[in-house]
Amino acid sequence: MILNKISVMIGGEAGAGITRSGFLFAKACLRGGLHVFGTNDYQSLIRGGHNFYVARADAEEIYSQADTIDLLLALNKETILLHKNGLVPSGGIVYDAEEITLGDDELNRDDLKLYSVPLKRIVKELKGELIMRNTVALGATVALVYYDLEILSGVIRDAFKPKVAELNVEAAKIGYDYARKHFAEDFEYRLQKTSSAGKRKMFLTGNEAVGLGAMRAGCKFYAAYPMTPATPLLHFMAPLDREYDMIVIQTESEIAAINMVAGAFFAGARAMTATSGGGFCLMSEGLGMTGMTETPAVIMLAQRPGPSTGLPTYSGQGDLRFAIHASQGEFPRVVIAPGDIEECFYKTMEAFNLAEKFQIPAIIITDKYLVESHGAAEFFDQNRVGIDRGLLLTEDHYIGKEEYKRHRFTENGVSPRAMPGMRGAIVRTNADEHDERGYTTDDPELTTKMVDKRFRKLDTLVKELENYETTKFYGPAEADVTILGWGSTKGPIREAMKLLSNEGLKVNYLHAIYLNPFPAAKVQEILRSATKTVVVECNKTSQLSSLIREHCLMTADHNILKYSGRPFSPRELSKKIKRVL
Amino acid sequence: MVTLEDLKTPIKNTWCPGCGNFGILMGFKGALVRLGIERDQVVLVSGIGCHGKMVNYVNVNGFHGIHGRVLPLATGIKLANPTLTVVGFAGDADCYDEGWGHFSHAVRRNIDITFIVHNNMVLGLTTGQTTATSQKGFKTKSTPFGSIPPALNPIAHALVSNGTFVARGYSGDMRHLTSLIVEAIKHRGFAFLDVLQPCVTFNYLNTYDWFKDRVYKLEEEDHDTTDSGKALEKAFEWGDRIPIGVFYQEERPIYLDGLPHLAGRPLVRQKVEDVDITALMEDFT
Repeated sequence: MILNKISVMIGGEAGAGITRSGFLFAKACLRGGLHVFGTNDYQSLIRGGHNFYVARADAEEIYSQADTIDLLLALNKETILLHKNGLVPSGGIVYDAEEITLGDDELNRDDLKLYSVPLKRIVKELKGELIMRNTVALGATVALVYYDLEILSGVIRDAFKPKVAELNVEAAKIGYDYARKHFAEDFEYRLQKTSSAGKRKMFLTGNEAVGLGAMRAGCKFYAAYPMTPATPLLHFMAPLDREYDMIVIQTESEIAAINMVAGAFFAGARAMTATSGGGFCLMSEGLGMTGMTETPAVIMLAQRPGPSTGLPTYSGQGDLRFAIHASQGEFPRVVIAPGDIEECFYKTMEAFNLAEKFQIPAIIITDKYLVESHGAAEFFDQNRVGIDRGLLLTEDHYIGKEEYKRHRFTENGVSPRAMPGMRGAIVRTNADEHDERGYTTDDPELTTKMVDKRFRKLDTLVKELENYETTKFYGPAEADVTILGWGSTKGPIREAMKLLSNEGLKVNYLHAIYLNPFPAAKVQEILRSATKTVVVECNKTSQLSSLIREHCLMTADHNILKYSGRPFSPRELSKKIKRVL
Repeated sequence: MVTLEDLKTPIKNTWCPGCGNFGILMGFKGALVRLGIERDQVVLVSGIGCHGKMVNYVNVNGFHGIHGRVLPLATGIKLANPTLTVVGFAGDADCYDEGWGHFSHAVRRNIDITFIVHNNMVLGLTTGQTTATSQKGFKTKSTPFGSIPPALNPIAHALVSNGTFVARGYSGDMRHLTSLIVEAIKHRGFAFLDVLQPCVTFNYLNTYDWFKDRVYKLEEEDHDTTDSGKALEKAFEWGDRIPIGVFYQEERPIYLDGLPHLAGRPLVRQKVEDVDITALMEDFT
């Protein structure tokens, strides 16, 4: 018997409610005190095709999906054929044999346990929608692993409107009873409530954590054009505008979005937009405008594989250099890469502070794997990151010794920022090079002075970041191998570390969160003391390695790269790390 | 009260002598004085081109943005702080070419801003190329054999995009233009004002003389500004006679009317420090 360690996949056509079902199962596990992780895989289409969601539950802390599947909930035949080889020996398949006929030569595995549940017939008898097959299968799953049906029913009741919820609770119960009756004690895997059951934890995506961070940071204006995988952030923000006194606007393009955000921030409201690589391309010119006009902006760039449209619904880390360099000319910016759900929240709050304090664009770089996967988290500490609006003048009247100048030369480069409408202040800015008052100039000395002024902000920012958690270090101080990574690879890396240390290897890991300005001193220190270094990232050209060479004048010993659109899995990564040892 | 003197800036004007932009500049300043809007309550947003220098020549709040993006920039400013009088300026290439994708959206959203297009039917600052409003056959450095397609019709486009204030002015008639700008600013909703403006250096065709013989005022011919059908008919009048004045005007809810929770509570006045997200976090348990 294997207790409290399971990876369950649910698969079927798009539109069959795959993600919702996987989510409900994982959430039920979370409420029973287990650690959970959930990730989805879908294609760029509305109906048909193949979608799946992997929900993993464990008594120990987990950070990513597993390498294998223990139980497969197959809503169509394709799911079985595609994933049978991902199943562990003696793994189980829940399916509907009245709908799916499986020839022996099609399965080619006699170790698998087949649990046929008449999903469709049960739903029909209940007079429910076909999509409820999932719920029946979830009920059957709970029975197979001897988990608590009440917890699943509770999760269902919270997820649906009352009438629909009760029908689904009934469907789950029928599935549960059916599996108990026909397959009692057959499946090796068991799930049980732990002592942490009942402790309230959140189960949410990276997008939702970024959204919560933006809300807590006082974001009052959110403008975006839909683009996978950033669209769910728009969906998160949109219903909140009335209750939280904000404006959420779907724009005609990403160009409009970044310009509206610049306008709102110029007027004095905290504002944000989010997109993926293609949309960020369109934002590039506006991004440079925020740099030149010293207008704050917060942008989430959720990566997917490129170039161009690439793999629209998959994940990658190919846009790091692009985020750092996008737009013509030179101007300071901050690029922050959260690596898990908690970092998504706290680093978004930091992004708003830095954008306003230094009057620069702040880019939060994420990817599909991070923003669409579900992870568990304790309630966020709303006060860990405060609100710092920098030199924002918020009085009704400007009371200055001299005329207000939007781009006043100051020692640290940051000019006090007035909001237009403030009595006695004329707030003028300019995408052309300009003087302190914002009037256009092409004077060579003034130009040099203005460029220097903007770059003094970078020096000030670098100093400020010394007090920030720009990197995180995991593992023992001394190790056989030191891993360096950024962003969403954090989860699989931490999983691989568990596997490697189980094998007696000493592994440590430096997770870079701030990538621009680059935390060179911290990275250098690690590289100097490391026995062997390996950079792990999801791109072809190892962009983090190139940043390390650029800023630290040092080269990592090895690169482990993946660019198939899929995230690393723990064992895959641990094997690759062992190979370079 | 604001005076013309207050609106002056120390910046030397670099428009060509006789440029149609002067009429628009004077008309705008005159309108601000007539309306008595204080300098610090106005935001002038401009794009790229000769018109873009407006920011340098009027001493009010200003944002000189990038090419073609006046409308979303001005929209962001206005939505964040609706107490401001936001006036966007663009050129024909800026709006009708580079930024055309934003036009219908700004019009149909009925954002409460004024939008004035300096329409000289040629690219001036880049030294004379064709634009969307250049007439068919117009010869420039980029169209040495004459521009092939017909000109874009901004007035008709604004009308079919459900514009609530659609007007055309002529920079050679400053008194009339000033009145139009006053009406545009007073209009509650998106006020679109296309201003015919000679480019004395690069437009050899649409000159002061050319316009003088053609423009006539709609109000002098008893045009009914509440009749959208008539307005559209007039929008297609272009040739021997060119109408100026208000084509169409109606009162319709503005974008912010769709967000009644924000009435009297601009975003910029909201406290950002005390947003409690406990309830939102509970939704995820």
